[in-house]
This record gives sequence, structure tokens and C-alpha cells, in this order.
Amino acid sequence: MGFGQLPYDVAHLLGGAMLLLSFMLLYQRRVAAVVSVLAAQGAVLAAAAAWQGFVQGAPQLYLTALIAAVAKAGLIPFALRWMIRKLALARGVDPALGIGPSLVAGVGLVALAIMVTLPITTGAQALAREDLALALSVVLLGMLMMITRRNAILQVVGLMSLENGLVLAAVGVTGMPLVVELSTAALVMLVLVVAGVFTFQIRGRFDSLDTALLHPHRGEEG
Amino acid sequence: MLTALALGLALLGLLALAALPLAGHRLAGRIVHGGCCVVSAGFALAALGGMAFGLPEEPLRLPFGPAWAGMSLAMDGLSAWFLLLLGLAGVATSLFALGGAPRGLVAWPIFLGAMALALLAADGFTLLLGFEAMSLASWALVALDHREAGNRAAARLYLIVAALAAACLLPCFGLLGAMDFAAIRAAPPEGWRAVAVLALGLVGAGAKAGLVPLHAWLPLAHPAAPSHVSALMSGAMTKVALYVMARLLLDLCGPVQPGWWGLPLLVLGVASAVLGALRANLEEDTKVLLACSTIENVGLVVVGLGLALLFRGADLGAMAALAAGAALLHAMAHGLFKTLLFLVAGAIQHAAGSRRLDRLGGLIHAMPRTALAAAIGLGAAAGLPPLSGFASEWLLLQSLLAGWRLGEIGLQMAAAAALALAAMAVALAAAAMLRFFGLVFLGRPRSPRGAGAREMGRLQVVAMLLPAGLTVLLGLFPALALELAGEGIRQLVGPMVRPPVIGLALGAGEGHSTYAPLAVALLIGLALMLLWAVVRWRSPAIADRGPVWNGGFIDPPAELIFGDPLSQPSAAGMAQPLRRMLGGTLLAARERVTLPPPGDPRPARLEAGFEDRIGMAPLTPAARIRDAVAAQVERLRSLTIRGSLSLVFATLVGLLALVAWLEGR
Repeated sequence: MGFGQLPYDVAHLLGGAMLLLSFMLLYQRRVAAVVSVLAAQGAVLAAAAAWQGFVQGAPQLYLTALIAAVAKAGLIPFALRWMIRKLALARGVDPALGIGPSLVAGVGLVALAIMVTLPITTGAQALAREDLALALSVVLLGMLMMITRRNAILQVVGLMSLENGLVLAAVGVTGMPLVVELSTAALVMLVLVVAGVFTFQIRGRFDSLDTALLHPHRGEEG
Repeated sequence: MLTALALGLALLGLLALAALPLAGHRLAGRIVHGGCCVVSAGFALAALGGMAFGLPEEPLRLPFGPAWAGMSLAMDGLSAWFLLLLGLAGVATSLFALGGAPRGLVAWPIFLGAMALALLAADGFTLLLGFEAMSLASWALVALDHREAGNRAAARLYLIVAALAAACLLPCFGLLGAMDFAAIRAAPPEGWRAVAVLALGLVGAGAKAGLVPLHAWLPLAHPAAPSHVSALMSGAMTKVALYVMARLLLDLCGPVQPGWWGLPLLVLGVASAVLGALRANLEEDTKVLLACSTIENVGLVVVGLGLALLFRGADLGAMAALAAGAALLHAMAHGLFKTLLFLVAGAIQHAAGSRRLDRLGGLIHAMPRTALAAAIGLGAAAGLPPLSGFASEWLLLQSLLAGWRLGEIGLQMAAAAALALAAMAVALAAAAMLRFFGLVFLGRPRSPRGAGAREMGRLQVVAMLLPAGLTVLLGLFPALALELAGEGIRQLVGPMVRPPVIGLALGAGEGHSTYAPLAVALLIGLALMLLWAVVRWRSPAIADRGPVWNGGFIDPPAELIFGDPLSQPSAAGMAQPLRRMLGGTLLAARERVTLPPPGDPRPARLEAGFEDRIGMAPLTPAARIRDAVAAQVERLRSLTIRGSLSLVFATLVGLLALVAWLEGR
């Protein structure tokens, strides 16, 4: 397996697509569109996991792909959409950091991820190296999304995207046990539920999803 | 032999464990303290045997330890010398504790064992493990009487200083590049790493030993602890810190280091000696006084170590051996007589009910054996021949006198200044010890409780007479002791040197000056006998008792059965000349006379006191920094969710950037 071969090219394509979708998450101005992009990212992740399962000859990765397809491309976006509809949330994204600066910061983070990953993994397979750099970029962009958006739902989306990056890294490395993926998937579902309940609570009390409204209610001045 | 020592360590650990279920049992104190006494005696015998008949060559690898390497034990000349001191002090203090109420039974064996572990360590990890366990166990013992607020504050300060020492020693051993001592000796640190090791080692070990300016904990912690604990802390624990300093700076960093390394040691040592001795003259609490004297003696030992470094750097092997021998001998002498003196202070506190000099007096009649032991210990501390303190201080001053052999004029001047100041410190210490003995044992009792004092139990008296006898022995045969320490001296300054010994006498330099303690003792004895004979011959056959001259005071009223307290010198009064002469600049001493206006019936008041600003100097800014850091950290608590996440994110990105930068180099 090396440069210019089919397994490498397809894996690279899928990883690159995930990174691209991460950037799309950053520049969307509407919440509904953000959720659609997240669903697309989940679908690409499922495809990437399935491709890795095919290339590595590891059937358990098909299960991972199935989980990703069902949960990340189907259930979670559906739940998020339902929440948005239920909350009648049609407002746009309210970023703490403007769209342009977030994209610039995102490019910087990708550069950092490549600079960190490539020298450290010298000696590993080229596929694993590129894959790790892409996965780390997706993780960092997810975190960036979490801290640059004020809306609670968008912060949840950032967390999901971060987790997608983690799973991408996990499927890229040969011999990763399935247990880890199952547990992370379960964890993310749990987080989603908690976040959903939390969002309803905020909505019910403050008529807005801006987390800044919570600060005066922590028992000290915000 | 090492296996036996390791078993001794394990036995101490078992004793500490056994103390838990035994707590409250009738025999608990006897079992634990008796066991500690036996194990300490074993340590002393093993060290003595090792130094006399050959030390074990190979280190003992223990089958457990940290992941990267097992722990290992070894005993060379240096550790054997300090182990001997630890064993002797441990026997005396455990005996003393055996006679008293059983307290602190869990921490005591751990304290002893941790010190032995630090001394026997053959790698950095084991040494630090022992050192930190020693700090923690002694903290538990200092905090034993935690019901009093003063003791709690002392224990807290003690813990802070111990943490500072750990925070310095951990990176210090990390900078050495290896864990195993043999590996460090093979590749000693160089350049900025060596300088960092010097600075961190000086602060880390110096804080634990009580070097100026990190000495503020010592006069607080020693009175707070029970007497046998303060005896072992002052006698042995400060010596373990000095051992770590000697091991780190002289042995492990090796002879490749430049000679100026000795200079900071010399300066800090001299400053400690002068300040400690001066403070000892002004304090009015027996244990605080003794703790200040410990600061002085630690300073003298560090002066010896610094001189050894200077001489070694100038390729003066014999002189370096002289200075190192003086340091080792003084460490041993001080360890013995300070153990003794703290036990005496404990006996006095128990029997006469006070530690304050102004409430004691005339105890020589009530406690003659304690007074004898105290006279020996105080004489040694005052540097009187033929006791042990004189021998070691003589060696130290001789090596300082040889300071002109250092090639550079700056070093010569430093040695000359150090000589003057060290001599002053020795003289000040003699004055402090005289004041101690005069106020506590001579004169009339100053309180009813003091008048009713009785001698302590047999075990405690034996525990005091044992180090007293050893002090006399060490004073009479310092040459034999130095022969035993020869291997340790070679460990410190180089493999080719001999200890400064000529037969049974001490010889400085190429035999220019010698000190023969036996001959001096004989002469002193003859002079005393002559004096006694003359007095006997000149005095009338029947003693003629007359009224005591009471210094011009009128006779006390009948209800003051101990006489008028004002007609006896007080502790503050005896301290006054030195307080006025030296206290003003060094200790910010003050005196204030309040005279009420004519017609006002209030009495006139004279208030005198002092303040150790040098000791407080590092503490005040440290407290301020702590408050500032705490205030900043408090602000983090009120960050928003996004703020907290951003902090995590920024940390992650920063660390990744660091990794990328390190990879790119």
C-alpha cells in the first residue's frame, strides 16, 4: 500500500471530505444547515470506516460503519432537527468569533495538526500518517466550533464533530478493538440526551438558547 | 551486611504497622520504642563494623521499585559515617522515649527508617523517597500537639519548607541525567545544568538543614515537637540534609566542578553560624535557644564542606581532607551533643515544668545527673577542650587559617573573612551555652515548680548519659573517629588523601600544628587538681557559712521563699550587652523605656525584643505570591463555559505547538 494506489486514494478522499465538511460546519450561517452538514459528515465517516474494514479485512469495522451510519448520519441529526422544530428555532448562527476569523483559525489548526503528526509518525504507514493528521484536524476544528459558537445546539454539534474525528483516527489504525468505538458511540448518545434535556430546560426558562444567559445563575456573579 | 540493614528497615516498617493495632495497649510504647532502640543499635554497629572492617562493595538491588529501575541500597564511607550518627542518636532518643508516655508511635519508626533509607540509598529515587518520608513523618511528629494554635502554625510552616525542599530536590536529581549514583559519577552534569544542580541542591538540602535564610522553621518546629523528636530532628535529621548536600555537591557532581562552587556554601554557612549563635544568645526558651544553636552548627559544617570544595578546586588535597574531616567530625560531634542537650531540655521541661529560662534556676541541686550531662553537652557546644566540639572546631578553624593557600586573592579574602566570622560565631555560641547553664542550673529556683524538680527516671538518665559519654569519648579520641571516617573523606575530596591524623592527635597541614586531646585533658586535669589542692590547703578546716551577698538588694520578704526574683539575673538581662552590640543591625533588636509622667502611679516599663527579619525575608514575599496566585485562580472559577473550554483548547493547541517545535528542531 503506498502512494498512487486505490486504497490510499479512497481513504484519503474520504478523510479529506470529512475535513472539508468540518470547514463547512464552521461557515454555515443557519442552524438547520449545520445539522445537515453534520449528518453528511457522519455518512462520510461511515463510508470511511467501511472502506477501512474492506482494506484491512477487518469485519468488525463494518459494524462501526453501521453504527456511524445509523447513529451519526440518521438518528442524531434527526433528533437535532426535531429539537430545532420543537423549539421553533429558525434563527441563524450567533458566533462569538466571526465566520472569517474562525475559518482562518481553522486553517491554522490544520497546519498545526499536520506539523505535529507527520514528523512524529515517521516510520508508520503513509495511510495511517495522513489519516491521523486529518483526524486530528477534525478534532481540533470540532473544539474550535465548540468555543466559537454561543448556541447550545451548535456546541453539541461541535462535540459530535470532535467525536467523528476520534472515530476516524480509531478506524485508521489497524487492530483497534471495537469495544472502544461502541462505548464512545454510547457516550455520545448519552451526551446528546443530556444536551437535549438541558436545551429544553434552557429554552423553557429563558426563551433563548444563548448559554451566556446561564452565567448569572451559578450562585456567583457571571 | 546490606541485607541485614534492609531487614532492619523492614523491621522499622513493621513496627510502624504494628503500632496501629497496638495503639492504646499497655505495652505499645515499650514494644515500638524498644524495637526502635534495638534497630538503631544495629544500624550503629553495622556502620561501625563496616567502617572498621571493610564496607560492602556491591550495592544491593531490591526486587521492587519504580518501573524504570529497581531500588538499590549501598553503604560507602560517607553513608556509614552518618548512619553511625543516626544509630547513636536513635538509641539515645528511643531510650528516652521508652521512659516517657508513648506518643507518636506510628510516625517514630517511619522517621528513623526513612532517614536510614535516605542514607543507604544508592540511587536518586530511593534517596528522595527516604528524604520525603522523613519530612512527612517528622511533620506528623511536630504536629503531635496540634491542639495549640502555635504548634499548628509551626507544623504548617515546617510542611511548607519541606515542600519547598522537595520542589527543589526533585528537579535537581532530575537534572543529574541518571538515577543510579555510579552512572551519575561516570557522567557528571556540566555547564548550566551543573549550576542549576548547585542552586537547587543548596536551596533544597539547605532548607531542610536550616541554613540562613531558610531557617525560620527551625526555632518554631523544635519547641513544638516532643523532646525526643526534637532531639532526633536536630541531632540526626539536619545531618541527613547535610549528607544529601555533601553527597550531591561533592560526591555525585564530582571533582570536575570548578572551585568557586565552594563560595556560596562558605557564605551561607558563615551567615548561618553568626546569626544562629547570636540568636541563641537572645532567646529565652531553652528549646528555641538550642534550635538556634543548631542553625549555628549546621552553618559551621557547611563552611567545612564549602572549604573542602574550594581546596579541591585548587588541587590542595591535604587541605581539602582537613576541611572535609572537620565537617564530618563536627557533624558527628554536633549530632551527639545536640541530641543530648534536647533530651536535657525535655527532662527539665518535665521536671521543672517550664522551658522558659526565667522560670528555671538552681536545678543542679535537684537534678545532679542531668546537670552533669548538660555540663558535658554545653561544654562541647561551647567548644571547650577536651570535649568533642573543640576538636572539630579546631580542625575547622585550622582549615580556614590555611585559606591563604587558595591562589586567587578574592578567595583568600573570603576565607579570611569567613575565619573571623566563624571564630566570632564560636565565641558567641560559648556565651550562649554559658548563659543556658548559668540560668538553668545555677543560682536559686525562680518558681515553686522549679524548686520541686526531681531527677527523671532511670531510663531517661541513661539516655542522657549515653550521648554525654560518647561526647567525652569523641573529644578524647577524635583521631580514631577520623580514621574511621577516612573512607568518607576520600569519597568527598578524592581517592588519594589521608585524614588529618597523626597517631592519636589531630594534625593540620603538614604537621605544623597538632592537637593532642589526651595531653590537653591531662594538663587540664592537673591544673584542676592543683587548684583544688590549693583551695583545700588555703581554706579553713571547717567551712564557714555566711549570708549570701545579694547584689545590693534588700532582703526579700518572708513570703518569697526563693528570694526576690528581681535580685537574680534574668535571661533578657544577660542577653542585653550582645543585644545592644550586635542585635541592632542583624536582628532588628529594639528597646523602649516608657516613663509615666510625675504623679502617675503606673510603673516605668522597659520593653526589649528582637525580630528575625532575615528569616522572615523569604517568607513574606512567598505569602504574597501565594495570595496573588490564589486570587488569580479564584478568577478562573467564574469563567463562562466557553471560557473554560477555550482555556482547555488553548492549552491543547499550545502543547501541540510545543511538540511541533520540538520535532522541528
